[in-house]
Amino acid sequence: MLKDVTLGQFFPGNSPIHRLDPRTKLVMLIVYIIALFVAVSWISYGVMLAFLVTCICISRIPLKSILRGMKPLVVILLFTAILNLFFTKGETVLVAFWGIEITLEGIVRAFFMLIRILMLISGTFLLTYTTSPIALTDGLESLLSPLKKLHLPVHELSMMMCIALRFIPTLIEETDKIMSAQKARGADFETGKLMERVKALVPVLVPLFISAFRRADELATAMECRCYQGGTGRTKMKLLRYMRRDYIAYGIGVLLIAAIITLAHFGL
Amino acid sequence: MAPILQVENLSHIYSAGTPFEHKALDNMNFSVERGEFIGIIGHTGSGKSTLMQHLNGLLKPTSGRVLLDGQDIWSDKKLTRQARFRVGLVFQYPEYQLFEETVYKDISFGPKNMGLDAGEIDRRVRESAGFVGLTEQQLEVSPFDLSGGQKRRVAIAGVIAMEPEVLILDEPTAGLDPSGRDEILANIESYRKSKNATIIMVSHSMNDVARLTDRLLVLNGSRIAMDGTPGEVFNRAWELEEMGLDIPEVTRIFMRLKEMGLPVEPVYTMEQAVSALKQLKGGKRHA
Amino acid sequence: MSEAIRVEHLNYSYPGVDNTPAVAVFRDFNLSIEQGSFVAVLGSNGCGKSTLAKHFNSILLPCGGKVYVCGLDTSDEELLIRVRRNVGMVFQNPDNQIVANVVEEDVAFGPENLGIASPEIRRRVDKALKQVNMYEYREHAPHLLSGGQKQRVAIAGVIAMEPSCIVLDEPTAMLDPRGRKEVMDTILRLNAEKGITVVLITHHMDEAAQAQRVVVLNKGAVVADGKPEDVFSNVELLHRIGLAAPETVELCYALNHEGFQLPLNRLDIEKCAQTLYDAIKV
Repeated sequence: MLKDVTLGQFFPGNSPIHRLDPRTKLVMLIVYIIALFVAVSWISYGVMLAFLVTCICISRIPLKSILRGMKPLVVILLFTAILNLFFTKGETVLVAFWGIEITLEGIVRAFFMLIRILMLISGTFLLTYTTSPIALTDGLESLLSPLKKLHLPVHELSMMMCIALRFIPTLIEETDKIMSAQKARGADFETGKLMERVKALVPVLVPLFISAFRRADELATAMECRCYQGGTGRTKMKLLRYMRRDYIAYGIGVLLIAAIITLAHFGL
Repeated sequence: MAPILQVENLSHIYSAGTPFEHKALDNMNFSVERGEFIGIIGHTGSGKSTLMQHLNGLLKPTSGRVLLDGQDIWSDKKLTRQARFRVGLVFQYPEYQLFEETVYKDISFGPKNMGLDAGEIDRRVRESAGFVGLTEQQLEVSPFDLSGGQKRRVAIAGVIAMEPEVLILDEPTAGLDPSGRDEILANIESYRKSKNATIIMVSHSMNDVARLTDRLLVLNGSRIAMDGTPGEVFNRAWELEEMGLDIPEVTRIFMRLKEMGLPVEPVYTMEQAVSALKQLKGGKRHA
Repeated sequence: MSEAIRVEHLNYSYPGVDNTPAVAVFRDFNLSIEQGSFVAVLGSNGCGKSTLAKHFNSILLPCGGKVYVCGLDTSDEELLIRVRRNVGMVFQNPDNQIVANVVEEDVAFGPENLGIASPEIRRRVDKALKQVNMYEYREHAPHLLSGGQKQRVAIAGVIAMEPSCIVLDEPTAMLDPRGRKEVMDTILRLNAEKGITVVLITHHMDEAAQAQRVVVLNKGAVVADGKPEDVFSNVELLHRIGLAAPETVELCYALNHEGFQLPLNRLDIEKCAQTLYDAIKV
């Protein structure tokens, strides 16, 4: 069922990682991703992995949850690995068949790619698992606020994101309900050719869109009633404030990227 | 003849094996006779919606069986699909599933899915529109131009047009004003009479279920807590209140009268209340 | 007593769409609602109840006449924000008025829009959540709450702006009996303890019976206005416009057709039972 989708779910908690400022976590994620792409050797990957594992341990997010989140991505992971395995040219040919060569370099590269993507996704999950969507939006808005000077609608974008996050579960539930209702009238979504299946979705999509528009309309009225007039003059209940732990985190971030760059410089 | 519906040891567990595991139905047993009008009451989360969706094969039991006319609806794919048509299900706020350009087309969606021929579809659309009091002209307008109460009647007609032997409705009168409520209930009653259909209605309005139904199922904590005539069920008013359910106001008044010492039997509809009090007063006068 | 809301000679028509003529809803409509009162507005679908409510905080503007809220003219654009912070609105569908995905963030939405300082917002949010008994749920996601709980969050979101008046447009229509009771208890308490003026639009007669005053609308006009006991005793009028009286009154009314002579102003069960008892014992 649609309700079982848990991608990017927030796990409330009180670990040091949970308590970090969302801006810190966002910047750290970017630093971490850059470091991942700079890293070239077993040693630097080892450093990165140690960093990731430490963070996961501190966050007290069960490893199982992170792995479960990967499930929908298995196909992409395998595809990338296989692509690298088969299409990397190299000296040491191990197996050759049908004009395809599997080389030692290919295996190494596929393995590295797999590790890199896995670590990238784990890092991102760690952010979304430990940060409430609303804190994440606030963090993004705050980090992007210099762009307001360029007249970019930063507040509007973050408001949109916030509302989207709020309504995703509601709309998923609604889709489920409409599908059941149309099934009760004999609609068939499971069999038939592609075109038939697409056509079968009309009785779901039309009511869903109409309902989404109605909701949007009512929500807009409700927001106006609560004196919403855009971002100007708006205050926040929860102010983002850097604490000691945030400065420590930034320090660790600088150390991490410095270490990886140095290692890369020496070809390690 | 076998009962039209039989529910045997029916259990349903949502998201089994995850931390969100939730037992929505716990070993339910009951059967429904042809032509019965059954009311289902229970507060939100008692399992009403889950139960309804089992009766027409939208949900598959985790364990137990649902028999339609003596046959397990999951024993054969064809039977499952047939169950959808033979047991019509009107969801809560059904007007939100309307999607066609005209009322006519929307009502014909169900019959078309049944694979009926054009003549039969036309007959059914017109007949079911008649049951819910829609005019010929209204058949050609967009359902989205109608009022809330009319939209709901279109949606109900869309299910009636499949001519189900069992019609299940989830709170068909929710959100309507008193005259809108009465109209919908009258529509349901007229379908029942002319097709000798079985009706199962989920409702929060105790006055409605007391007045209309032959039998009540009370759901509580994923189980069937009571199964009996409205009289039997409302006799156990205290238990209903403990479950967070209402009881009809007239029942409450009569409970109070009994406490005050009047020789009254429990009643649950306005008609019963009036005739009981009339008799009481008459009795007094002649005595 | 001062007035919370005053409607003077209101004219309003919905503009026609694609050449269809405009639909007149109100013609020379007058109404005054006292500060601190609890007024229920009844009427069948399409009688203009919701249209009227939308005039109370400038969502709709009069085509003619004036609407004043705490003495503020709703059609004066300069006063818009002051009008809206004075009159909070709660709508039928709780899902479509909750903006944020954390309960307390949603309650903070209104005060944030008013530009109030952070510590004060925190104070107001906590207070509002306590007033509707939802404080323990402050960190929950709204979509996992029951209908009654969601509606209480919506009410908290409104009272966090500290309005003098709240207008509720069929707040219980989508709720089960338990949720309805939760919402009604909350509204009654806010009115009694905080002196907030309450305008409750409803289809449920038992809810209207709990108000201090009932206004019945039909086709854009007031057809009955007074204490619940007086309004509901006019059973014929209510039936004629597609409404009903509370069951207690309906019972007495039905008995009167059978030769009883019962008063029709016994709204609660206790009084109704007493009246019946007396009528039979005599």
